[in-house]
Amino acid sequence: MFLCDMKLGNKGIVKKVKANDNIIKRLLDIGLIEGTLVECVLKSPFNDPKAYLIRGATIAIRDDDCKEIEVDLL
Amino acid sequence: MKVVALAGNPNVGKSTVFNILTGMHQHTGNWPGKTVDNANGIFKYKNINYNIYDLPGTYSLMAHSKEEEVARDFICFEEHDLVIVVCDAVCLERNLNLVLQILEITDKVIVCVNLLDEAKKKKISVNLKKLQEILGVPVVGTSARNKKGIDKLLNALESKKFNPIEVKYDDNLETAIANILPYLEGKTKNLNPRWVALNLLSYDEKLYNSLKDYLNFDIFTDEFIKNQLFNIKREIDLDIVNTITNSTVKKAEEIANKVVTFNNKDYNAKDRKIDKILTSKLFGIPIMLILLMVIFWITIKGANYPSDLLFKFFSWLEKYILNFLQLINTPWWFSEILVNGIYRVLTWVISVMLPPMAIFFPLFTLLEDSGFLPRIAFNLDKAFKKCCSCGKQALTMCMGFGCNAVGVSGARIIDSPRERLIAILTNVFVPCNGRFPTMITIITIFFVGINSNNIFLSIVILTLLILLGIFLTFLVSFLLSKTVLKGIPSSFTLELPPYRRPQFLKVLVRSIFNRTIFVLGRAIIVAIPAGAIIWLFANINIDGISLLNHVASFLDPFAKAIGLDGVILIAFILGFPANEIVVPIMLMAYMATGQIIEFSNLESLRQILVVNGWTLTTAICVLVFSLCHFPCSTTCLTIKKETGSLKWTLVSILLPTIIGIILCFIIKQLSIFF
Repeated sequence: MFLCDMKLGNKGIVKKVKANDNIIKRLLDIGLIEGTLVECVLKSPFNDPKAYLIRGATIAIRDDDCKEIEVDLL
Repeated sequence: MKVVALAGNPNVGKSTVFNILTGMHQHTGNWPGKTVDNANGIFKYKNINYNIYDLPGTYSLMAHSKEEEVARDFICFEEHDLVIVVCDAVCLERNLNLVLQILEITDKVIVCVNLLDEAKKKKISVNLKKLQEILGVPVVGTSARNKKGIDKLLNALESKKFNPIEVKYDDNLETAIANILPYLEGKTKNLNPRWVALNLLSYDEKLYNSLKDYLNFDIFTDEFIKNQLFNIKREIDLDIVNTITNSTVKKAEEIANKVVTFNNKDYNAKDRKIDKILTSKLFGIPIMLILLMVIFWITIKGANYPSDLLFKFFSWLEKYILNFLQLINTPWWFSEILVNGIYRVLTWVISVMLPPMAIFFPLFTLLEDSGFLPRIAFNLDKAFKKCCSCGKQALTMCMGFGCNAVGVSGARIIDSPRERLIAILTNVFVPCNGRFPTMITIITIFFVGINSNNIFLSIVILTLLILLGIFLTFLVSFLLSKTVLKGIPSSFTLELPPYRRPQFLKVLVRSIFNRTIFVLGRAIIVAIPAGAIIWLFANINIDGISLLNHVASFLDPFAKAIGLDGVILIAFILGFPANEIVVPIMLMAYMATGQIIEFSNLESLRQILVVNGWTLTTAICVLVFSLCHFPCSTTCLTIKKETGSLKWTLVSILLPTIIGIILCFIIKQLSIFF
């Protein structure tokens, strides 16, 4: 499953981080690497972006930016 | 004098620490990237002078954005004795990431774990002693908002125990570093050779050039080192940046696991509940609109009475000033300029501006401090994405409500240069505080009626006007993205910080002193010469008609075609230094006497306007034109500074003006049918 497909309340472990270079750098900054626990905690009124709980911080990410980040649902 | 750099993630209270240490009142906000420039201040502790620099808040030093570059370059290449890294106790793990990165560059680091009060509320405890043991540098705990722990932080400035932890990387990478280190011996000045080695391996062109300038020699001119590097890189064949980041993040996680205890796993449940409502499909957008209207309601309602009082006070005072001027025998033209020119423009600006600002700014600061603004960006991002721009533009628009110049420089929080430019060029479509009074006055006079207390209607009209501004922002952003600023939307990651209870008293003091006084001061400085010039304009007669009226009648045919008149147009042009003086100029021109009339209430104002041919169409066109015209001089200067380009500054002037003219023309033509 991909990060952007997570439903509200879903938790998962990041399996593979794939995105374009710019986005990857941003994601690495906030600590989104393989093995990271993520939880989908919020949806914006138009469903995109969604907010994820990543290492204690709530981070909004656009679907397009995380559509190739593989997650194993817990 | 010792130099201290203050680093940290965005939104961790870095600026609060800075303010307490320096006593300077620099504004801190609850969104990323508040510290736009390197603010610096001086303080003294135990007879040592410290010069402290507040670096932009960053998540890492990988320098993906302008701000990160500023922070990294300061830490790497500026002379400093110490770096204080401010961390958020609630979210320590991610903050440690930056700490580890900085420790790699320099040893002299003090870690300041801030927001301990917030952590306590959420039942999160941090073992500071253990953290200090692990990191090998001084660690102090603070809650800067309550001024707790600052003494410990000051104490730590004298610390001499710096023996920082080293992050170990992948074995191959470690071997590579070990192979390069000997060549760097003694050549890296204050920089940690290990860090230089790492960065040579991961090679970033920008950093490499800065490094070259700093070290005064080009490492790659040494063929031997160059070949070594090349061979090593080929041998280990791995994504070095990725490996480095992964190791740092994992190390941060490991440390956090050892020192942080969560006594309540569900510590952010309350924030989540609030967020669920504020960002819900059903309520998210309406709540934002209602909040906007409530703020206007409080502002308009609250400002009416003090405005009136100020008017009365100033006109009462005027008699005494005139008497006094007569008493000391000043020439008539001088007292005319002084009283009818400068004094009246000045008091108009104060009476009309001060009360709404003194109410609006604190309200806005409350919103800012509570953490609500990033949610607006979150809610609206999809719409911005559709326009190929960035959700953070919503934040710069919010800043624009206060002052467009602030909104323009605030656009630095947007990473992509293209999207940043769009945010800068469209910021003027958000009416700033200087334009609100004009809008509110005209709405009250022409739509609501002076005696009617139908304040709700005026708020609805004002909100519609702002919605028009927002619509234009989207439209223009979209058109720019499809034409001159072609591009696809870049990535968007935005932290939604925890809600914090704003400190009401501090908000009040801070917003009044920092913002209100600042903006009012600016308006006053502009109003004084403007008052004199306008008076001269209105009183120098050629063929019995004032210069102002000459110009006005020259502009009249064009102005009439777009629903305005020559006087209104010239008022907008002369109001270029500050939008606040548009209405006073209009009045001065309408009055044949060439001075702002004394007017005790809005009814007299209405009469002047109606006598001079104002209709409902005129009022609508004035409203629209005040929403869409060239930015004020301060904003233009800021745009020039931020874009560094005369061309884009011109675009920022022409774009809204042309749109304004087109809209007004359409309105005028349509009005003929009614």
